[in-house]
Amino acid sequence: MKRAAMFLGAVLALGLLVWAQNPLLINGAGATFPNPIYSKWFDVYHQKNANTQFNYQPVGSGAGIRQVTDGTVDFGATDGPMSDEQLKAYQDKRGSAILHFPTVLGAVVPTYNVQGVTGALNFTPEALAGIYLGKITKWNDPAIAGANKGVSLPAQDIVVVHRSDGSGTTYIWTDYLSKISDEWKSKVNRSTSVNWPVGLGGKGNEGVTGLVKQTPDSIGYVELIYAVQNNIPYGTVKNSAGSFIKADLASVTAAAAGAAKEMPADFRVSITNASGKTAYPISSFTWLLIPSKIQDGAKRDAIKAFLKWMLADGQAYNEPLSYAKLPKEVVEKELKAINQVQ
Amino acid sequence: MATANPTLQSPGPTVGSRSFFAKLKEGDEIARLVTFVFAASVVLITLLLVYELWVNSVLPRQKFGLSFFVTQVWDPVMDEYGALPFVYGTLVTSVVALLIAVPLGIGASIFLAELAPPRISDTLQFFIDLLAAVPSVIYGLLGIFTVVPLMRTVIYPALNKPLGFLPIFKGPSYGVGFLTAGIVLAIMVIPYIISVSREVLLSVPRDQREAALALGSTRWESTWKVVVPFARTGIMGSIFLALARALGETMAVTMVIGNTPKISASLFAPGYSIAAVIANEFTEATGDLYLQSLIGLGLVLFLLTFVLNGLARILIIVTTQKGSKVAN
Amino acid sequence: MGARLRWRKFVSNFMLTMTGVCAFVSVIVLFLILGYLVFNGGTSVSWNFFTKLPTPVGETGGGMANAIVGSAKLLLAASLFGVPIGFLGGIYMAEFSGSTIASIVRYSADLLNGVPSIVVGIFAYSLVVLPFKHFSTLAGAFALGLMMIPITLRSTEEFLGAVPRMLREGAMALGASKWKTISTVIVPAAYRGILTAILLALARVAGETAPLLFTAFGNRFWSKGWGQPTASLPVMIYTYAVSPYEDWHRQAWAAGLVLLGLILIINILARTILSRGIAVPRG
Repeated sequence: MKRAAMFLGAVLALGLLVWAQNPLLINGAGATFPNPIYSKWFDVYHQKNANTQFNYQPVGSGAGIRQVTDGTVDFGATDGPMSDEQLKAYQDKRGSAILHFPTVLGAVVPTYNVQGVTGALNFTPEALAGIYLGKITKWNDPAIAGANKGVSLPAQDIVVVHRSDGSGTTYIWTDYLSKISDEWKSKVNRSTSVNWPVGLGGKGNEGVTGLVKQTPDSIGYVELIYAVQNNIPYGTVKNSAGSFIKADLASVTAAAAGAAKEMPADFRVSITNASGKTAYPISSFTWLLIPSKIQDGAKRDAIKAFLKWMLADGQAYNEPLSYAKLPKEVVEKELKAINQVQ
Repeated sequence: MATANPTLQSPGPTVGSRSFFAKLKEGDEIARLVTFVFAASVVLITLLLVYELWVNSVLPRQKFGLSFFVTQVWDPVMDEYGALPFVYGTLVTSVVALLIAVPLGIGASIFLAELAPPRISDTLQFFIDLLAAVPSVIYGLLGIFTVVPLMRTVIYPALNKPLGFLPIFKGPSYGVGFLTAGIVLAIMVIPYIISVSREVLLSVPRDQREAALALGSTRWESTWKVVVPFARTGIMGSIFLALARALGETMAVTMVIGNTPKISASLFAPGYSIAAVIANEFTEATGDLYLQSLIGLGLVLFLLTFVLNGLARILIIVTTQKGSKVAN
Repeated sequence: MGARLRWRKFVSNFMLTMTGVCAFVSVIVLFLILGYLVFNGGTSVSWNFFTKLPTPVGETGGGMANAIVGSAKLLLAASLFGVPIGFLGGIYMAEFSGSTIASIVRYSADLLNGVPSIVVGIFAYSLVVLPFKHFSTLAGAFALGLMMIPITLRSTEEFLGAVPRMLREGAMALGASKWKTISTVIVPAAYRGILTAILLALARVAGETAPLLFTAFGNRFWSKGWGQPTASLPVMIYTYAVSPYEDWHRQAWAAGLVLLGLILIINILARTILSRGIAVPRG
């Protein structure tokens, strides 16, 4: 027994062991989509400012919104902007407003596994909506074949795959479908989780990818980074200007540039189906949620300093990780908005 | 199952009724009180949990009432929620898991307790215990990479071709579905059955076995007809553990069940379970009715566990009274 | 020696072989899993893994040192919380209580055991995180400890009850008080089964992710003391496994391997430390 007690004592002491200087710990929670770039930014920032630690955890946009409203974290992050009710709930609970700051751009792409098809398929908005509504059921349907002349599509049933877990990716995808299809908007609409008319649910990007890879004649949607990093074939989508665009950093930034001019003051905007000849139609911002009133002076200064850094030097780290940079106009507006944090 | 031995009081120097404080001094009363407090705290925590779930699911109760249990729709956009497909999926996957895990687990525990040499038995037990520590998400990923293709290429053709006329084996298979989830769950709960059953079997007194063998039974007969019934309550306890784990499992199930809130007779069809939908949607749920409906599902699962446990207990009582009574 | 006897012997040999098959299948699955983990993550298990903090994507040389320590702290605190409740409660049920109270407690424990781990996490969030407005190691330990209670409780009761009456009566006859009998005779006789159950409970909570997401949260850095968010192996595994990056996937597999190694070590340590001086014949 004595031996056990000593052992326990040693391990308990271990818990108190690491006590260096007392760095400032700032906790944030939210979207999983930007986690790679955020972890890069916070790491680089910590190396330049050894006394500040930003601890970000990708627990999900909804959880992030809830936790920043509860006050259990210092900032949040979300792929879909907060709704008016959520803004009001925050205001009621905390007595001040919460601010949105766009950080990076991302895109959602259609991925598929069709027997005999090796190149990139072209998808029209009508085709995508029809497939996901369950009205277009075979791969050789004219709506798909018409955009892919010269490709021989099998007469097989389409197996539809979507996300089962609530996610910003789903929000972006359904937001796009709602814009280009009235039927989708009235039947399903947009949200992080929807009542899908057809299809299997895969958990996370890797769940969808796994299902698509293993199920012949299937289609799914995943984040661009995911497709790029894992070498998954994905198709082009026809944008509002009529061109079939493949998602990449340039086409995503083009989508944001179009929206930049009419950016509302609170930065809550959807840029799916954006105008612009080279714009990729299923793109989106992702936001940091910063309280407008921060009691702790040290935390407030650190957060403001980080935001300034992120908008300037931070953006240089985006593209190597397949995230698109913010357009210049948006950056300028945000720099001014930082002053609202008090 | 031995309950308390209440007749054995501590013998003290004075016999007859003693004051509370006298009993206290003897240490037994303290022991009784202290252990009572801990036992009671378990009940209190459970009640507190139910209370929290109840209080935080008031909105769907107000809006849907009892129809929450029988509605098949789950629409976060329209704010329409119903529990039926999830209850169905939870039940089906758990039953499939137990049907696979219980025979395998009990068989393996018999082997380890009765036949294997002690060293081998102990070593293998170490490793089987490790299975319980594998994180759920790894089970899920392995399920996607191994069980799902296996289902599509081997299991489905083997069952569907000869038996496809049965409703449970009808229809196409996407690899994911009730049966796949049941198989993955079975792997996850087997360690509990093996581990606890083996210990219980090992604690059966040797004379029971020897008496049966002396009467001329074969090795198997003495094991199956004497030792196992002696250990029956412990083995049932291990099955309860396994059932509980299967009902509440989240990550692994959601990766291989197909996540489709539909009720289908076929085991190959994709489905959904309560724990899986809570795990999938809780972190992203915004909107109070949505969130509380998910918590309401948690309460439904609680109810389900309550009912299933009750049924199983009744089953035990009935079979124990019918079957032979084993002296303790 | 008639046909009937031959048949019974055949059945006996057949069934016993089948049990061997069952054991074989169960063990094979485990080795497949281990093999998978080693194959995919083995290369990432390096000295760095055990000593360095996580690095962002694309940078090599990162590790999960803080997650390893975090998991160890969480498991220790969870055991200190959950095991006494389960163990002492089990003693009450087996030795002191009447059958009604025992039934109620048993039922509650079974219910608690069936609660999805994410619901336990939500419960712990509203109880331990929300009032204090921050995540902490203790909150995570609370959630995990809760999940350890049912297995510990049920198994303690079960194995104490299985101790032969002879031992009890022998002790009583020698004049020992009830508590003395329990602590010096009955518990040691049942210790093996109880220990197995505790280690099983520990193994189970070691791999749980969902309850930690809302309680211990996570931490890219070292977590000091017990009141701050902390990294843990299961949460790291989850975060890395669902990311798009191959490098992080491999680290997730490696972390899975390390987690199993941690449990194995705890298993071995616990069994050796606690078996000193207790010799009870098997069967």
